[in-house]
Amino acid sequence: MADKKQSPKENAAEKPGKTTISRRNFLKGVGTGTVAAAVAPTVLIGAEKAAEAQMGEAITSATIQLNINAKTYEVEVEPRTTLLTVLRDGIDTRGNHVDLTGAKLICDRGECGGCTVMVDGTSVYACMMLAIDAQGKQITTVEGLAEGDTLHPVQEAFIQHDALMCGFCTPGFVVSAASLLSENKKPTLEEIKMGLSGNTCRCGTYPFIFDAVKTAARKM
Amino acid sequence: MPEKKEYKVIGTRPIRHDGVDKVTGRALYGADFHTAGLLHGRVLRSPHAHARILSIDTSRAEAYPGVKAIVTAKDLPDAADKVADLGEGAVHLKYLCDNILASDKALYKGHAIAAVAATNAHIAEEACALIDVAYEVLPPVLEVRQAMEPAAPLLHETLKTGSLGETAEEPSNVASHLQHKKGDIEAGFAEADVIIEREFVTGTVHQGYIEPHNATALYNPDGQLTVWCSTQGAFTVREQLTEILQYPISKIKVVPMEIGGGFGGKINVYVEPVAALLAKKTGKPVKVLMNRADVFEGTGPTPASFIRVKMGATKDGKLTAAQTHLAFEAGAYPGSPVGAGAMCIFAPYDIANVLIDGYDVVVNKPKSAPYRAPGATNAAFGSETVIDELAKELNIDALEFRIMNGAKEGVKRADGPVFPRIGFIESVEAAKQHPHYTSPNGKKHHGRGVASGFWFNIGLASSVSISVNPDGTINLVEGSTDIGGTRASIAMQAAEVLGIPAESVNPSVVDTNSVGYTAVTGGSRTTFATGYAAYEAAQDVKRQLIARAAKLWEVDEEDVQFADGEFSCINGKEAQLSFHDLSARLGETGGPVVGSAAVNPPGAGGAFATHIVDLEVDEDTGKVQILRYTATQDAGKAIHPSYVEGQIQGGVVQGIGWALNEEYIYNAEGTMTNASFLDYRIPTCLDLPMIDTVIVEVPNPGHPYGVRGVGEVPIVPPPAAIANAIYDAIGIRMTELPMSPDRMLKAMGKI
Repeated sequence: MADKKQSPKENAAEKPGKTTISRRNFLKGVGTGTVAAAVAPTVLIGAEKAAEAQMGEAITSATIQLNINAKTYEVEVEPRTTLLTVLRDGIDTRGNHVDLTGAKLICDRGECGGCTVMVDGTSVYACMMLAIDAQGKQITTVEGLAEGDTLHPVQEAFIQHDALMCGFCTPGFVVSAASLLSENKKPTLEEIKMGLSGNTCRCGTYPFIFDAVKTAARKM
Repeated sequence: MPEKKEYKVIGTRPIRHDGVDKVTGRALYGADFHTAGLLHGRVLRSPHAHARILSIDTSRAEAYPGVKAIVTAKDLPDAADKVADLGEGAVHLKYLCDNILASDKALYKGHAIAAVAATNAHIAEEACALIDVAYEVLPPVLEVRQAMEPAAPLLHETLKTGSLGETAEEPSNVASHLQHKKGDIEAGFAEADVIIEREFVTGTVHQGYIEPHNATALYNPDGQLTVWCSTQGAFTVREQLTEILQYPISKIKVVPMEIGGGFGGKINVYVEPVAALLAKKTGKPVKVLMNRADVFEGTGPTPASFIRVKMGATKDGKLTAAQTHLAFEAGAYPGSPVGAGAMCIFAPYDIANVLIDGYDVVVNKPKSAPYRAPGATNAAFGSETVIDELAKELNIDALEFRIMNGAKEGVKRADGPVFPRIGFIESVEAAKQHPHYTSPNGKKHHGRGVASGFWFNIGLASSVSISVNPDGTINLVEGSTDIGGTRASIAMQAAEVLGIPAESVNPSVVDTNSVGYTAVTGGSRTTFATGYAAYEAAQDVKRQLIARAAKLWEVDEEDVQFADGEFSCINGKEAQLSFHDLSARLGETGGPVVGSAAVNPPGAGGAFATHIVDLEVDEDTGKVQILRYTATQDAGKAIHPSYVEGQIQGGVVQGIGWALNEEYIYNAEGTMTNASFLDYRIPTCLDLPMIDTVIVEVPNPGHPYGVRGVGEVPIVPPPAAIANAIYDAIGIRMTELPMSPDRMLKAMGKI
């Protein structure tokens, strides 16, 4: 997968903010139940020493604020909750579903790009970022790309070139393409391929996707 | 016969009706479905490839906080010796049920054993780990030739080979043997000057749709079961549920959500009955999602196969005989696509003497499911490689050799049918004249290969209804789930009849209570058969509107003509109304106009494709890089050319993946060691060149616009074309798929 899909540096926990929870203390909650530990992502378990998890004040869930598509959501998360889980299944503290299901849960481990969102302008796999690490950042999902009734040029171009078949990978490709074009206004075909190489389309619409990105680049 | 006229809508490229929904993330796929009080289900799967289930103890899991219900095979009705009729042939109900939740034996790693419904998915997963299953582990059978050995461990103690109408005495892993015969095979080989016989092995590959399987089920207190899921056919889900649950079909409603790819793999049900059982036990809606490993390990791959092909030709290039032995892995339960492979293998050629033997063999792998032209790609890898070798041996251009022996109208296939008008020769001619084929090719380690393919396509039943809106638009209601743009390709066929733009059609894919029976989106049938139904429903609307115009003008219906979207009076009276204007006057002429049609068209019309590939072999790493790819195909009539091109490119991309990378890698215990998208590599942007497509149009006499199905056949030629190009590049015949770097290095003698 493309290197550019690495999560942005983890600095959210250090930023002050009224609902910001320290990643370190929060993770201590992970070790509180053997069953929970058995199914929590191994990356989390490995991140903290087991002994440390038994000490101090373990937090098993916390309420955090996330800025998604220029709107603030207050959601309760567990240490293992990914950004993708909040987008798709999160319920805010007033009981409203976040319900941004454009980003898809597919591989849950950064292999396919179907959950790509932008975090502070950079494309990120939402399944590979913990919700707590997304605090204090601007998160843009495919639902947030259009401005009112005006589609993003990438969205327009995908429709124009029929750069989708089943459409399931499309939100991820659209966000990756928008992110690519925000960094590189006139990408070559090779640069387009590299920029989108972290997304997979099984319907094989790649040639039409390349055409769509070229058209969008001309319009932006 | 197809109309020989200029079309206004057919052949144009309108934007798709569901485009905005899909680029904005608003389109709702199965996993996106929410409803109040939703519980989450998770399936416990067998860690063993072959094991007897001695006991299942769910007590610890049941006591786990948040768990609402647990189901096992005991919750399914007793299947005993019942036979299920799914409309496409009888199936043993026990096999069907056991694949949903194993009763006595686990037959593959990943086989569903039990399922939990809980307040969230994490709790359900945690509770699965608390279910205690005692297994007696048995030796797995992982390869078709091994499974056919008399001494092989048996998957099913009661399975006996059905062979040409007879049933064997002793149990076996060979579920069935089929045979097609034409002419005299011995005499055919005796006539031949050159005979080539080769053996081929293909690996297990997955359809690889990006969207994991999903289902949400809800029982109402009145017994009404509703299931929301991503499927290729809501009606086939309903049929399977009624059989597996032994529940009345009239009490089941299946709501097709948007579907994230299927390629054949989303016809069989997996989690749908499980969600239904959990919903019944809890009285709550229950959603069951698979994860990616579940999809690889628990759903139908397309089978590995062992294929022997023997073909003979005279020295002036006439094929005289063709024989094959096709042994396909069915997976855990009978039902590999060997029958389809047998129908397709020699179909592109007019050969007088043919003998085809096919074997359906169970092994300890997931039950195989259809995958885009199921069986045909495996078969063509063998036959099209041998054709290439014969052409080289005879010093005849490989495409010319295909034209010399190509099947045309009137030729009888070995399995019986006589071809109507087909476009095989035309597809080969198009390839032969293509600048790609006539361009120079001679660099070191660069090679060019060609191969052809056939897929028969299917018809089956489809229903459409159309209602006319007062603003001159129509609402089109259909039962075909839209996987690749069929809302548009079906809408266009109705629009053409009514003389309105495609944009004036609002297509809706609806649930099984809201439209007439419609078979799956599969078999390359949807634009053909549901399109046919849309055409007929639009004709129904047209007839009714002619009657309305006649009423308005107080003339006989015979005096009203409809052409180019205008109704006019032809008895001398000056009267004219557009479709739009007449639509506004339905109230005063008798009320709403609703047209409908249900069809089951017989003349699907087979599809042929011919591909050209240029590639480079890296001698040091064994990697094969595709440099240029061209695909020609007879589409009959391309309704929306972009979609035809898209289907061709998509099939080619999957075919390249199958040829070069994709395979299930098993360890000795029968565990798939690469059940993730990182390790099971499907092609990305970086793996592909641009793919040129050439649409050939030889109209299908079985469809009003001449449509032939296009979706499946483009996956058939790539593995053989690539193998032939590798031979051209380095002089080595590859006979095993995938032609991955390690196999290439072995073939080159480097490792």
